Amino acid sequence: MAINYDERIPNNVDLSSDRRLKKALEKWQPAFLDWWRSVGPQVFSNKDVYLRTAVSTEPGGWSQFGHVKMPDYRWGVFLGAPEKDRVIPGGDHAGKPVWQEVPGEYRNALKRIIVVQADTEPASVEQQRFLADTAPSLYDCRNLFQVNVEEGRHLWAMVYLLQAYFGRDGREEADALLARRSGNEDTPRILDAFNQPCEDWLTFFSFTTFTDRDGKYQLGSLAESAFDPLSRTCRFMLTEEAHHMFVGETGMERILRRSVELAKLAPNGDARELGGIDFPTVQKWVNHWYTYSLDLFGSEISTNAADYFASGLKGRWQEAKRYEDHSALGQTKAIQQLNNGKVIEVDVPLRNAMNELLRDEYVADCQRVVKKWNRTLSKMDTDFRVELPDRKFHRRQGIYAGAHFDRAGNPIAESEWNAMRDTWLPTADDRAYVKSLMKPVYEPGKMANWIAAPRRGINRQPVEFEYVRTDR
Amino acid sequence: MAEFDYPAVNFTTSPDQYKHWKVDYDGEVATVRMQIQEDKPLWDGKYDLKLNSYDLGVDIELNDLVTRMRFEHPEVRAVVVTGGYDKVFCAGANIRMLGMAPHAFKVNFCKYTNETRCMIEEATQQSGQIYIAALNGTASGGGYELALACEHIYLIDDGNAAVSLPEVPLLGVLPGTGGLTRLTDKRKVRRDVSDVFCTKAEGFRARDAKKFRLIDGSFPRSKWSAGIESEARRIAAESAARQSKSGAAVALPGVSITEADDGWSYPSVSVRVDGRIAHILLKGPEDGPSRSAGTWGLRAFRELEDALLRLRLNHLNVGVLILKTEGDIDAVLAHESWLEENCASDDFFYQEVRSYQSRVLRKVDNMAKSVFALVEEGHCFVGTLFELSLAADRTYMFMDDDGENALRLSDANFGAFPMAAGCTRLEARFPGEPELIEKARSAKGEDIEAEDAFEEYGLVTISLDDIDYEDEVRIAIEERVSLSPDALTGMEQNLRFPVVESAETKIYGRLSAWQNWIFQRPNAVGQRGALTLYGQPERPVFDFRRT
Repeated sequence: MAINYDERIPNNVDLSSDRRLKKALEKWQPAFLDWWRSVGPQVFSNKDVYLRTAVSTEPGGWSQFGHVKMPDYRWGVFLGAPEKDRVIPGGDHAGKPVWQEVPGEYRNALKRIIVVQADTEPASVEQQRFLADTAPSLYDCRNLFQVNVEEGRHLWAMVYLLQAYFGRDGREEADALLARRSGNEDTPRILDAFNQPCEDWLTFFSFTTFTDRDGKYQLGSLAESAFDPLSRTCRFMLTEEAHHMFVGETGMERILRRSVELAKLAPNGDARELGGIDFPTVQKWVNHWYTYSLDLFGSEISTNAADYFASGLKGRWQEAKRYEDHSALGQTKAIQQLNNGKVIEVDVPLRNAMNELLRDEYVADCQRVVKKWNRTLSKMDTDFRVELPDRKFHRRQGIYAGAHFDRAGNPIAESEWNAMRDTWLPTADDRAYVKSLMKPVYEPGKMANWIAAPRRGINRQPVEFEYVRTDR
Repeated sequence: MAEFDYPAVNFTTSPDQYKHWKVDYDGEVATVRMQIQEDKPLWDGKYDLKLNSYDLGVDIELNDLVTRMRFEHPEVRAVVVTGGYDKVFCAGANIRMLGMAPHAFKVNFCKYTNETRCMIEEATQQSGQIYIAALNGTASGGGYELALACEHIYLIDDGNAAVSLPEVPLLGVLPGTGGLTRLTDKRKVRRDVSDVFCTKAEGFRARDAKKFRLIDGSFPRSKWSAGIESEARRIAAESAARQSKSGAAVALPGVSITEADDGWSYPSVSVRVDGRIAHILLKGPEDGPSRSAGTWGLRAFRELEDALLRLRLNHLNVGVLILKTEGDIDAVLAHESWLEENCASDDFFYQEVRSYQSRVLRKVDNMAKSVFALVEEGHCFVGTLFELSLAADRTYMFMDDDGENALRLSDANFGAFPMAAGCTRLEARFPGEPELIEKARSAKGEDIEAEDAFEEYGLVTISLDDIDYEDEVRIAIEERVSLSPDALTGMEQNLRFPVVESAETKIYGRLSAWQNWIFQRPNAVGQRGALTLYGQPERPVFDFRRT
């Protein structure tokens, strides 16, 4: 599916033949650019940045790299290639042809799903708008911008669906996506994690490791949707999302590596003495962002999740590929519940446990990432290991919200929680300390003191490549 | 899910026992917070009260709260009803509870919650306690219906919070707590807008809700608390300017109940259950009136109300209520005129007592059981209490030899106790014979003997002498309990409310007819019905035939 860049809005959906849609998107485009200019990255907003741009949606060779000024980035509408004779992967309609139009009975639910997903894309751009002020290197600065422009493109992808398939309501929702603001008391973004401030790079790397990974699984479940345009959109977004998680994973790994080095050099073995980020602090950020991201999967036992699966709006992770039985009826899943102060397992109909099933996939993926970090740590001859807390720990959504658990998932009293909280989660002092380290390093190839250099550059370029042309 | 026998419901409670509501009093403004304890449902362990959803237990507390505020906090002029949790106001009636509840319980649940909503409106209109819904998060289904019962509705404008009536699209039933009627009759929302609103599960957020009159106003989060506070103060001041009120608060103690093998009793009311028949005896006053919760006119009616509620919920087998009174006719009328005279004063107490009596009488009108009044020697069916006889489906009067068994009408029968439709019970009794209303009026204060009551005045169904009375009454009751209870309920409801309608009669009438029909249909409660399957892994399958 080649992308047509001759038009005002690059696309591979033959936009020129749909006058109504073209008009709607062309009307939305200036509003998007206004939004980008007012709440997108503030530093280097008019400098050349070495960015990749999608040129096709075929696997392999789908993108090209070059220096671009961000506001000139060619945001557009790209869908994954259609799958011939695709059938609905799961739910009550499994095996029937996929929908090319939205069935009336599912219109509102589908619109809501898309709006919630779409809302996260501009939100993260807003959260990260001041980060470039304190980038630890031009390499990192470029990665941040790449993430930002692609979140912007994901917004385009979702807005395309809203404008193309949801009529007037869809257009209103598309406008509302540009009106909400992350962290604003009166017009907040829909999900909590996307209203948390992102003011330092440890937060950015934690966020891209854990929160963007939630995005991966949400997109994965939507890629199994019976609504084919949604599935195709999400399949292509998944390709781009991989880079965001790469940024997070390697960023955290570089901080850990540097922390080991500094800890070894420090007289008392504490990386903070030499201006580094100590292990307990990294662990606290992991605890915070991992658990905030777990919340994003929704309640462990959910009527909506059952409805979405039954109607085919969402599927399980790799529904078509990995499962034989696509009805998910007559099966149960054991879910941990708190009962009179004890954790017990309760069997829940599988369809109602779809959120938890997706969370399982996510937890396993996070464990894989942490294992990789720990391999690096073990090679560097240190005893410290990153640990993921239990999924019941520090939750604000779902059936564990309101109760207190330690990091191993044991129920604890509120007094114990209050006593331990500051050793488990970032304190104001921790945040102030991490923030105090955030000083920009804009010299090509140079790194801030608290982070190790990446092992390699972007697109086979050297680390010292001028990823952002700061003078032009 | 199989139906189950639920344990008997207790309707008495007090603020120190509330599990789900918190009330703060601050001068003229009271703030009522709905803060449902998820793990404290009426039926322990059967369901959780998620998302601030309610069940009968929650509503019994609300009913108590609204009732008490009228007596115990007369200084209150504005009542802010808000949610005790962030982001959600109230998700309405608990659907798991509704799904598993036996049909009769569903019906009773809806009726009770409707009475509470109507009382909120009554408190606004009659007590000058203006209810304000401060929707600090989404109000869906019964949550929005609770808001509709309030005089003013404000919704937080945070981009997420909405008002909605999702019963039709999500549950295959109706917004049955007056939602549909209040949309059109109270808020006067256009019918096609209502149609769109009631089929759009996610509802309308602040901007559209305001545009289409579903709410009165909105505030963003940063101005929410201050905005509601200033509206409440303004509304309270307006209410105080409109209607002056005096008198010290009167605390309402719990009703005193004595259980017996074949029934139960209170100081002035006793109930004896005999198979499908319940015999209710209401005793007249033994002491003079006093400005207190113990005064006969308030206490006896609270007792009668509790008896009716218990019969509705806990005695489903009872089909016929046999209503008798016993006591001194002059004493009843003395209490009545004491109340009447004092109602002219500023003191809130007397009006509140009369409102209470009126409410209990309307409860009799609304009983889904046959009601027969028996006017026998020693009775005190006079004035206010004759309204009980007028509320009955039939009245049998004993004709004694010397004409001492007589009725007496008073002012109370000519406007003090309007029915739900706004007319008096005498007007409802004689829709085609206005001359009989005038005749009755001219006999006010006089004894009307049994024969005249039947032949001349049409005030009783029949008067019978000692040769026939006992047998006729026995046969009438035996016949009554043999008929189809469903057909009787439908017939009685049709006949009790002739000619005029009001929003209130529509709410109950449509609840009885449409909602209770839908509640029986496979599309709602069959194995694949929408209500049955809500929250279950499977989706409903409908029988799409329509007539």
